[in-house]
Amino acid sequence: MSHAVLKPNWPARFALVLASLVALTLAVTVAVTVGEMAIPLPVAFRALGNGLFGLDLPVSAIQQGVIFDYRLSRALMAALCGGALALSGAILQALLRNPLAEPYILGISAGASTGAVCVLILGAGGATLGLSGGAFLGSIATLAIVALLASGTGGGSDRVILAGVAGSQLFNAVTATIVTTLASAEQARGVMFWLLGNFGGVRWPDLWVAAPVALIGFLVCMMHAKALDAFAFGTDAAASLGVAVTRVRLVLLATTALLTATMVAIVGTVGFVGLVIPHAARFLVGSGHARLLPACLVVGAIFMVLADVLSRILVPQQILPIGIVTALFGAPAFAIILYRARRAP
Amino acid sequence: MTLATHEVRWSAGGQMIVDGVTLTVEPNRVLGLIGPNGSGKSSLLRLLCRLRKVASGVVTLDARDIADLPRRELARRLAFVEQQAATEVQLSVCDVVRLGRTPHRGAFASWTEVDEHAVDIALKRVGLAARHDQPWHTLSGGERQRVHIARALAQEPRELILDEPTNHLDIQHQLAILTLVRRLGLTCVVALHDLNLASLFCDRVGVLAGGRLVAFGTPQEVLTPCLIAEVFGVEVVIRESTPGRRHIEYVVEHEAGDHA
Repeated sequence: MSHAVLKPNWPARFALVLASLVALTLAVTVAVTVGEMAIPLPVAFRALGNGLFGLDLPVSAIQQGVIFDYRLSRALMAALCGGALALSGAILQALLRNPLAEPYILGISAGASTGAVCVLILGAGGATLGLSGGAFLGSIATLAIVALLASGTGGGSDRVILAGVAGSQLFNAVTATIVTTLASAEQARGVMFWLLGNFGGVRWPDLWVAAPVALIGFLVCMMHAKALDAFAFGTDAAASLGVAVTRVRLVLLATTALLTATMVAIVGTVGFVGLVIPHAARFLVGSGHARLLPACLVVGAIFMVLADVLSRILVPQQILPIGIVTALFGAPAFAIILYRARRAP
Repeated sequence: MTLATHEVRWSAGGQMIVDGVTLTVEPNRVLGLIGPNGSGKSSLLRLLCRLRKVASGVVTLDARDIADLPRRELARRLAFVEQQAATEVQLSVCDVVRLGRTPHRGAFASWTEVDEHAVDIALKRVGLAARHDQPWHTLSGGERQRVHIARALAQEPRELILDEPTNHLDIQHQLAILTLVRRLGLTCVVALHDLNLASLFCDRVGVLAGGRLVAFGTPQEVLTPCLIAEVFGVEVVIRESTPGRRHIEYVVEHEAGDHA
């Protein structure tokens, strides 16, 4: 299980990064070619060449539009979303020392939904706040409430989960109340569909928001990889190893909230990714965060891209909400992980 | 010079836990802290490592206020072993010991030969070099405590603080852990419950009661029947088998029918 690398093994690292990129590219390629309108691979590549490198290859305008503006942006958004949620899950599990921690279970997603719904239906904050801003404020508020509730009831990693369950119930109720009492029938249907997660509305401008957030979030997390390792035996152990516990917690919890809120604002709430992917990644690369965090990013991205493909082809003529697909495949996957990683009696 | 406290106070939930403790730790000696449950031993240790902030008074390391020391500098100088630190994370023995290198490495520093050497030496000193790759969860309680000591040694400290390191261990492992701690030759502060172990392994003993330091000195000076009766509320007889080897025997009055 040990990785006794004295000096960094650059060729091996490079090979790993390359393999991850190839796998991700393959997944995106699948996502781009699969769909209602079957588009052959050569046409897809030509469309990508046109869109990405400004070439002028022969592709019909409709196919060009479907491939580049619809499917590629959607696939890349799915990749960002999966990576960001998996990253958030890994960070929360390390900081709270609880294998069940993730944005969805801790209510951060629920809070983000409430914030987004407030903006969407109540018009809170007007044009200045926007959907993402509302989602971010909602998720920060939930995080603060859950943290207060957890520390007020005596701290401990199980308390955090219980507080998270309470927080997510509360915010889901608030969201439901706003939707059922104040939204028009059409608004309500749209919100409900959005709440279960949906990549359908994603266009390129969404990516210009999500990509920098995910990148910065990832870099901030990587800067704290060693500090996260030090949390393995608790906060006192981390502090005695010279980690600035309070600052690291604040920075990383805010980063997690920002990552989750951005993704929820764009695609709605998607559960299970933050929970399952970090465990799967740990299974692949071990518990050291310098390896685990990039692994989460890549595995989460590939998982979400493929989940989105499934959501489009499982039921003909219909697109399932992505949250349903991740739960359908995530829950059994989680059970398998738990079973295989069970401790020797 | 090493660790010292001056009139240190700390309270939690409106209750004074550590109440005006002044003591000086001697370099390269083992100081044992004893006292009944809730006497403030663990809290005082946490104040010594700056895991808690003193409400008043000052903790000094080489005559410098530890509150002014950068965290990582302090962690390179002083290491802490908790009573029973457990984890859900799947780690191997060397993963745990490697954590001790945290204060020596920057955020992006890669693993160096110096780090590897420190880990190997630390594992050798606790006698677990052969367990390098064993999963942490398969270790016994005594082995886990030794791995924690190895992790602390990988920090390359001059001061080592241990909070009841023998708790929950059988007598063989209690003796083994304390023998190990003594042989390290570091400045050690150890919280202990067992008076005989304190008498056997400590150069100096500090007795805490109700958050106050009520006695401080060599085990011979401090661990008297009178003080033990006063602080712990038990009657003892002290025998000396060979000079310097003191045995504290608890006087327990059996009920008449016990041996019938």
